[in-house]
Amino acid sequence: MTVTQAALVDLKGVGKRFGAVRALNDVDLTFRPGECLGLIGHNGAGKSTLMHILAGTLSADSGTVLMGGADVRNGYSVQVARQHGIRCVFQELSLCPNLTVAENTRLTCPGLRDFGWRRKAGALIVATLDSIFPDHRISPGEVVADLPIAQRQMVEIARAFTCVDEHLALVILDEPTSSLDARVAGQLLHHVRRYVESGGCVVLISHILGEMLATCDRIAVMSDGCVVEVRGASAFTHASLVECMGTVSKPQDQDRVFVSRRDGQPPVVEQLPARQQNGQAVAAWPGEIVGLAGLAGQGQSQLLVQLLRERIASGKRVAMVAGDRQTDGVFSLWSIAENISISSLAALRHGLLIDPQAEQAMAAKWQQRMNIRTPDMNNPILSLSGGNQQKALFARALASDSELILMDDPMRGVDVGTKREVYAIIKEEAARGRTFIWYSTELEELNHCDHIYVFRNGQAVADLPRNELSEAQILRSSFQEEVA
Amino acid sequence: MNLPIALNRIRSKPWLWSFLAALLVWLATLGFTGGEGAAALTSSALSFSAFFVIVGVGQMFVITTGPGNIDLSIPANIALSAAVGMKLMDSQNSLIALGLAGVLGIGVLVGCANYGLIRLLRIPPIIATLSASFLLQSMAIAYGRSVRIAPPELFYQFSTGRWLGIPYLALAVALFTVLAGYLLTRTRYGRWTLAIGQNMRAAELAGVRVERVRWATYVLSAVFASVCGVLLAGFSGGASLSMGEEYLLASIAVVVIGGTSVAGGFSNVPGLWGAALFLYLLVSMLNTFGASAGVRLILTGVIIIAVIAAVSGRKTLRSL
Repeated sequence: MTVTQAALVDLKGVGKRFGAVRALNDVDLTFRPGECLGLIGHNGAGKSTLMHILAGTLSADSGTVLMGGADVRNGYSVQVARQHGIRCVFQELSLCPNLTVAENTRLTCPGLRDFGWRRKAGALIVATLDSIFPDHRISPGEVVADLPIAQRQMVEIARAFTCVDEHLALVILDEPTSSLDARVAGQLLHHVRRYVESGGCVVLISHILGEMLATCDRIAVMSDGCVVEVRGASAFTHASLVECMGTVSKPQDQDRVFVSRRDGQPPVVEQLPARQQNGQAVAAWPGEIVGLAGLAGQGQSQLLVQLLRERIASGKRVAMVAGDRQTDGVFSLWSIAENISISSLAALRHGLLIDPQAEQAMAAKWQQRMNIRTPDMNNPILSLSGGNQQKALFARALASDSELILMDDPMRGVDVGTKREVYAIIKEEAARGRTFIWYSTELEELNHCDHIYVFRNGQAVADLPRNELSEAQILRSSFQEEVA
Repeated sequence: MNLPIALNRIRSKPWLWSFLAALLVWLATLGFTGGEGAAALTSSALSFSAFFVIVGVGQMFVITTGPGNIDLSIPANIALSAAVGMKLMDSQNSLIALGLAGVLGIGVLVGCANYGLIRLLRIPPIIATLSASFLLQSMAIAYGRSVRIAPPELFYQFSTGRWLGIPYLALAVALFTVLAGYLLTRTRYGRWTLAIGQNMRAAELAGVRVERVRWATYVLSAVFASVCGVLLAGFSGGASLSMGEEYLLASIAVVVIGGTSVAGGFSNVPGLWGAALFLYLLVSMLNTFGASAGVRLILTGVIIIAVIAAVSGRKTLRSL
């Protein structure tokens, strides 16, 4: 492929509405070969919608989509996008869970046909996985449903870069690193650079500013459905990016005095992970924020679910904030209000029946407290952007009367500004005596915890109070080899 | 009026369609007869629909709990409960209470048995309830072998009596459906059922006692079928082994035509009445037109398919 200066795709004045919500407003953006374009903005800024339009899964209401100089907006579809070599990896994973890795590869590669296509597809996807994620340990015969979310994401990404007799020009990566741990995310970003240098184009969406600044050539900042700023990545700094998104950067309060809450009282939780071989339990005291760290998929989520089930079975109150919204969190046929109240129905009863006014009041209170962006809490939950859906899930757990709140990597796909708001609310609630157990794949978030357990292979291998916490310490525990 | 808003309002009331269909069929029938027999037609439609609605409510809760959940033991349960109820009542007014208690007991036992098969033996509901229905039917045959016992006089009068042309039964069942509507939308049990039907794992993580709700749902369905059985025996002057047969298809058809989603998690109670009236009036319309039994069955099937196809086109505001 020869590198030309001509744009692959040129969007001019693109607009899109969902009912009363204006998701995109007059967006101009150019995608060039040999370049990694970063797209950044708060939740609901319109990043995902714009990418859906580029990939052909949504059609724009207005404006032009220029490809090779011709406007293709009318009649544009996923098929047309694929003919132009546009592929995408969306935030919501699109693999078929009941099929194997190889069979999923076949779905997007119509070129794989005839006898033995399964073997060919398997070899192909493994070759791509090997090139992007060395030591991935995924076999092509595995059923996708059996893979942990991080590995599913890896397959999804590798599939987008796999092609048979097809033209591949532009790959959209929407939050590709959100369920990957730091090491695998690094491998992916390294691959993105290699691909871009060979003349491809990548659109990268991420909330992790460091990786955006290090990987992208150009960064476009979106806010409320508009592109507000496009600059070369080197012209941005952490602070200027955050400023462009409209959130104010606050210095981290690193030097807070750490006071252990582990005094004479008994803990609220003392749970042994299912695969734990020594007696190291995960414990939490009232008012404590306990972090579960380590690489993604090392048994942290399983511990939370195990704890939840045991507490529910013994009649103790507990609430959970799911990270995997689609499979673990959202009731897609319901309104935002109903999604929030489901864990608090007993408290909303007036006599035998649920009181609709109390339910509306609860929804209104949490809309305000979590700053959920919607004109009406009775709108369907799916009318919200991903980050706002996540806020609703936080509201569900926090609105319940539970003293213990479990959080299963809940900040996936949540923007920086929202994260800060939620951190503040978590601290406020902890100060009132609520206990949080928080699994996080982002090292930065562990700074908010009072006590951290590092997981490896389904076991808690390190137990650190915050004053002993350091990135190096966590990484050491995460990767440590078994000592004979 | 703003058209999209009006459309949305109609879409949020999926039960309107079934009432509209019932009304059209009613008008067509009366148009054919020139308005003759309107009162009799309406009155008998209300009577027979009441039975459909009782079992429909139970089936609706079962279907609401999500894909794969269905209760196929309803017809056999109706036959067994009718036989047991009539035998316990022994045609005596003083034994009505005993008979009803016995029938409720059977309902609870059948529901627990269905749930036990599904939960403990991990059999899919469709097979578990179907095989349970063979056991129940055999029991009904063994138990109901004696001569046909007539219902007690009082019970017969209640089952067949009318007030201003409206059957007592229809009034009672109308009250019952109001309660069922509250149960579905305004109680914790109902919300939990809807949540499980949409996403069982999310429901569990949100603190829903999934297995308790499923147990309660199968018990409810069986109890309603049992009550339907004993009332039907009162209505038709005694129990018979085949009296439940048509309730297999009918219980599912009223749920689906009434606007409940077969995939679970989205249900409504009023639609059951519209659908039940529609089904009964459809058959009587074809009878009035003089259609043969074969044509009647074919047309019933075709019309049910058409209604379901027309109703199941729900889309969300933003399907991303």
